[in-house]
Amino acid sequence: MTANSPSEQELLEMHRRMVLTRCLEETLGEMHKAGRTRGPIHRCDGQEAVGVGATAALAAEDFVTTTHRGHAVYLGRGLDPRRVVAEIFGRETGYCAGRGGHMLLGDVETGMLGGNAIVGASIPAATGMALSMQLQGAARVALAVFGDGAAQTGICHESMNIAALWRLPVVFLLEHNAYGLTVHHSAQSSVPELSARAAGYGMPGETIDGNDVVAVFQAVAQAVQRARRGDGPSLIEARTYRLEGFSTSDMGGYQPEDEIAKWRARDPIMLSRARLAEALGAARVAACEAAARAEMDAAFETALADPMPGFTPHAPSAPYSEPPDGGGR
Amino acid sequence: MAMMRYAEALNLALREEMARDDSVFVFGEDVAAYGGVFKVTQGLAEAFGDRVRDTPISEQTLTAMAVTAAMAGSRPVLEIMYADFLPLSLDALINQASVYHYIWNGQVSMPFVLRTQGGGGVGTGAQHAKSLDAMVAHVPGLKVVAPVTPADARALLKAAIRDPHPVIFLEHKLLYNLRGEVPEEDDAPGEIGRARLVREGGDVSIFATSRMVLEAEKAADDLAGDGIAAEVIDLRSLRPLDLGAITASVAKTNHAVVVNEGWRFCGYTAELAATIMDRAFDDLDAPVERVATRDMPIPYAETLEREVIPDAAAIAAAARRALA
Ligand SMILES: Cc1ncc(C[n+]2csc(CCOP(=O)(O)OP(=O)(O)O)c2C)c(N)n1
Ligand SMILES: [Mg+2]
Repeated sequence: MTANSPSEQELLEMHRRMVLTRCLEETLGEMHKAGRTRGPIHRCDGQEAVGVGATAALAAEDFVTTTHRGHAVYLGRGLDPRRVVAEIFGRETGYCAGRGGHMLLGDVETGMLGGNAIVGASIPAATGMALSMQLQGAARVALAVFGDGAAQTGICHESMNIAALWRLPVVFLLEHNAYGLTVHHSAQSSVPELSARAAGYGMPGETIDGNDVVAVFQAVAQAVQRARRGDGPSLIEARTYRLEGFSTSDMGGYQPEDEIAKWRARDPIMLSRARLAEALGAARVAACEAAARAEMDAAFETALADPMPGFTPHAPSAPYSEPPDGGGR
Repeated sequence: MAMMRYAEALNLALREEMARDDSVFVFGEDVAAYGGVFKVTQGLAEAFGDRVRDTPISEQTLTAMAVTAAMAGSRPVLEIMYADFLPLSLDALINQASVYHYIWNGQVSMPFVLRTQGGGGVGTGAQHAKSLDAMVAHVPGLKVVAPVTPADARALLKAAIRDPHPVIFLEHKLLYNLRGEVPEEDDAPGEIGRARLVREGGDVSIFATSRMVLEAEKAADDLAGDGIAAEVIDLRSLRPLDLGAITASVAKTNHAVVVNEGWRFCGYTAELAATIMDRAFDDLDAPVERVATRDMPIPYAETLEREVIPDAAAIAAAARRALA
């Protein structure tokens, strides 16, 4: 999927992955209410077009790093829903055998490396992978997904400067959902449009509609091509909105109702559904959605029946253990 | 055998490893065109081109990049000019480097080396003279080595570069000009996790790290004048520790002095003392004596700095207390 305009088939697949993600988030919300989740869970309802559209624009050998809110990236990158759910529920069959959890999922096979719960850390993470690719002479690209809050960190500045200075094959995708935890972006940033900062690093920057999966796909595809050519990084600010709380423990109260309503009317899944219905017919789209929902339901059913991991001490060769007694000098 | 300076031995190790493995690269502030402010990387840029990079002054990001460049197939060697700047690297070390091998269930390893130099004694002041060994040695998932001799500098840097996991490589600004024999013909890497017996003795064991090993040797000379035979052990590897070497020596001498140039409170000597208590309590005839830097900023004036950083006299006095 590297052409700048996705085919109808590609669009349908992105739609399916967005629906898959939404089902994941909604089911997690219900399970949290039932007291069946562990730790805070950061849902991305309303933001699915960003993670899904962006990962669809990557090649199989590319890398992606994401945030504490990475479910759309996980599923967009094609991870197996059952193993994602299993990881969220700490099962042995999860991508990290329950060691990582929902924020810290990583999968080498797909280059999804990975979720990161230190705000901003996904930015230098992708930049370092891009440096490695440049030194290895590999035409592989690293995509950094990060929030509007993360855009205010020092490492964001440092990474963008280094990436532009060395023309590293990295794409900076700023997932702007208007809030950093509870604080509105107008109270976090000295400029309203974060893409304006790109000029200061001498790289292209643009602000796009992050609820339009095609717009995200096209912008990221173009930036990926540029990076792969050796022309360096780009900054894409994708404007979107978080329709649910910051996490499952958010008590709310800071997102105005009319603001939520305005964005709910522009739900990315509704937008792509309308576009696809026109092209392929409503029945085909509904069937695709039903299949996605069934797939996620099955993922939950299987994953929740999977075993919990048991603790095993580290092998002496592991970096976490001391050598056994009796060594010489 | 060739006589060379500690800095030259490090340079040799970098050259050898870069020549044998294309995935090794060196980056950091002033390391390329100038050859490093301590001249450890001199000439590498000429020999290896783009694989030796001067960087912006961005320690946090550089450290984080070392972690993921390593994950993606490179073997980065990052120079952090002063150990005092390690706090900037700590997020990448503690929250990134140390966690992924475990939380991703062995899917990734991160073979990178962070080289830095610490320590006082030459008036570099409170922000350029510290030994923050304990801060990095505290972290499960990081290995920490601190060679003292040129031969060990070369062998352990080679081992660190080849290690599949992150290694923090602690140098000392007063060691760079130290000369010693380096077996050039033997280019085998050293073994991380092994202490070095510097001097045998049966009365008291002195376990020291980095430049403090040199002070411990002087202290042992002084103690010998009083008929006290001190055993001096250079730990070389701060993590993992050579527990066998430690317990064997304490079993022989029944007295232990532990020395490190970092602060005392929650410091590296506290870990050493506790380790000896855990592992060799029954062999001890006296409490473990600790020698460390006073818990305060490192002062600038020579008369003040002298009082704050441990020396041979402080080590000898600790040994005498242990034996009293
Ligand atoms: C370094 C760091 N500081 C603070 C936090 C706590 N925290 C977690 S997410 C978050 C807000 C991040 O905002 P943004 O980057 O916009 O991401 P979003 O949650 O909106 O997706 C904060 C403050 C953290 N995890 N890491
Ligand atoms: Mg945000």
